[in-house]
Amino acid sequence: MRRSMLSLLLTATVAAGVLTGCGDSSTHEATTAAAEGAGKVLNIAAWNEEFKSRLIDHYPGYEEVDGTTGKIGDITVKWHITPNQENAYQNRLDEILLAQDKAPQDEKLDLFLVEADYAIKYTDTDFTVPLTDLGITAEDMKDQYKYTQDVVTDSKGVIKGSSWQGCPGVMIYNRKAAEEVFGTQEPEEVQKHFSDWDKFNESAAQLKDKGYHVISSMADTFRIYQNNSKLPWVTEDKKIQVDDNLLKWVEDSKKLVDAGYCETYDQWTDDWTKGFYPEGNVFAYFGPAWLIDFSMAKDVEGSIAHEGGWGAIEGPQGFYWGGTWICAAAGTDNGDVVADIIRKITCDPEIMKDIVLKDNDFVNNKPVMEELANDDSYANEVLGGQNPLKMFCAGADKINMANLTAYDQGLLQDFQSAMGDYIKGSYNSVDDAMEQFYTLATTRYPDLTR
Amino acid sequence: MAKKSSGTTARYNRWGYIFLIPFFLVYVIFSFIPLASTIYNSFFENYYSGLTQIGPKFIGLENYIKLLSSPEIWKYLGNTLIMWIGGFIPQITVALILAYWFSDPSLKLKGQRFFKTVIYMPNLIMASAFSMLFFALFADAGPINQMLISLHILKEPFKFMNSIAASRILIMLMNFLMWFGNTTILLLAGMLGIDGSLYEAAEVDGASASQIFFRITMPILRPIFIYVLITSLIGGLQMYDVPQILTNGKGTPAGSTTTVIMNLNQYLTSKNFGMGGALSVYMFIITGILSLVVFRINSAKKD
Repeated sequence: MRRSMLSLLLTATVAAGVLTGCGDSSTHEATTAAAEGAGKVLNIAAWNEEFKSRLIDHYPGYEEVDGTTGKIGDITVKWHITPNQENAYQNRLDEILLAQDKAPQDEKLDLFLVEADYAIKYTDTDFTVPLTDLGITAEDMKDQYKYTQDVVTDSKGVIKGSSWQGCPGVMIYNRKAAEEVFGTQEPEEVQKHFSDWDKFNESAAQLKDKGYHVISSMADTFRIYQNNSKLPWVTEDKKIQVDDNLLKWVEDSKKLVDAGYCETYDQWTDDWTKGFYPEGNVFAYFGPAWLIDFSMAKDVEGSIAHEGGWGAIEGPQGFYWGGTWICAAAGTDNGDVVADIIRKITCDPEIMKDIVLKDNDFVNNKPVMEELANDDSYANEVLGGQNPLKMFCAGADKINMANLTAYDQGLLQDFQSAMGDYIKGSYNSVDDAMEQFYTLATTRYPDLTR
Repeated sequence: MAKKSSGTTARYNRWGYIFLIPFFLVYVIFSFIPLASTIYNSFFENYYSGLTQIGPKFIGLENYIKLLSSPEIWKYLGNTLIMWIGGFIPQITVALILAYWFSDPSLKLKGQRFFKTVIYMPNLIMASAFSMLFFALFADAGPINQMLISLHILKEPFKFMNSIAASRILIMLMNFLMWFGNTTILLLAGMLGIDGSLYEAAEVDGASASQIFFRITMPILRPIFIYVLITSLIGGLQMYDVPQILTNGKGTPAGSTTTVIMNLNQYLTSKNFGMGGALSVYMFIITGILSLVVFRINSAKKD
């Protein structure tokens, strides 16, 4: 009996070994078999539900089965959603992509989403498929905003992804406060008080006298300075370089904070979002369409958004914030479906117009957006019935995204963290904070030097 | 006959080994192999730049030298020790007092069981949850600030998270609250083990309460006291969750709450196995030495 138990244990161990061996050998066949479009499972990696809801609402033939699966015809769609927190999404994505060669056919990733801050990390590798290989031509994408293509263009000039969104940002101001401080709430008039950074600072002083913060936190203006810098974060020979415009952000923010014109909150904290309500006494936020519609508590009674109490102006400088790009993973066995999704969601004017009307998103299609911008019947309730699209369109044309590097996300974070400490007064000089920035950055990216 | 009995012993022994298998299996898979691979990896340059792996290239002790020659690691070690000491001193003081009261029969404390449970409670809460709670309580517009303002103690909110002292004190406070119950129980066990006749003899001789405490309780308690000190130091060196959550992983302000293990976590983005490994090996050596000290004390006691 005892002996048989032992032998059972041994057999089990051997069997397990054989099983893993099996797994290894079958994968090689899978790699070679992975071709055009015979796959039964479409695997999609994302960090939130946004793209899923776009597919459910706007992709013809998509059926929802349950929270993590759907169906397109005979093909099962599997969602692999990992939240963005603490780099978790990228860690998971890296893991899947690095094992892509060995994964069985039905488990191979077919499509994944990326953001601008780290798009290059994926597009400048062989883990993504050029869109032309999927049959998507420049002609298909001609109506897209150029910057959205720059974000996913690799170092050889090949386009490796596509987006349905454009994310030009505007300055979103509190109409009541504008009336009180500047005597007008009309966008054209308010813009005159914020047309450049000098005026912005002057107006901030006026606002302070009446008890308002011009913005909630210095973190709000970071994107604007960052988008308007001239140098990429990293040079050809992997040296970190800091653009003068970013140093100007540090200087300007230090002045704002020291003068008491704004606070030093991190974005998305409770303190930061106080200004979405009248008691918060915040004059303005900077943001794109999605901030206005999804983040400013428009469904909460008593919020400024609920009352339609915001207005939109261009502000001192144009910028963009956010956006999601679709990439096709190398090794996909559903090339046809992936191509069709990209074509329908990011190139089809009918579907894209529908996205604007239903979801108030700003879509990546010039003619559609320009048509709606001149359509007086399109009104945004949060903005008190204003049609902000003309402003967004003008902003989208001006965005320049040629300077992205694969390191942007981490460097942005570390720079803001170190400089934030300086602005809050924890360092005596910018140089000390700079030292901290380089320390953090080279720990995060060992291949970079200062 | 003798032969037969040795056979049964062997057979019994075999069962002993079989029962040990699960432990060794778990130990080897989850502790020994990772430990060995950490040490192995620490001799290589091995990380990811984006999706490209750099290395692995054998570089000997370079990671170790690089780590010790960078000024940050000393700063982070300093942070860790300051925050540990700041938490440990109140922790051991309060625990000693409580254990002394609980163990003193002449005080006849009521509801001992209840209080012993209550003081242990904070330890049952997850450190991260505790940290989240403090983060919300001490936010710029949080309840603590609101309270202080409405009591007219402050005019405008005090920014706890922007002040080096305040954020470190919050971390010390949390560590203290979480661990003083545990320490009390350990010290109490030690105190209850002291022979009551010693106390009676001392009282008969006319010793004062403080004399009894310092001349009898403390010397006998010393091994347990050192055990508590060193285990707490080991735990303190591995401090991670409380400051990580409280500062959102940034160790703000100005890196003054970044602990050594938080620094280890920073190597994660680039999957820097080499540097991470070297740092872990250092921690392993320090912890190993400290554990040996505990082991020595415990075995010396038995002699």
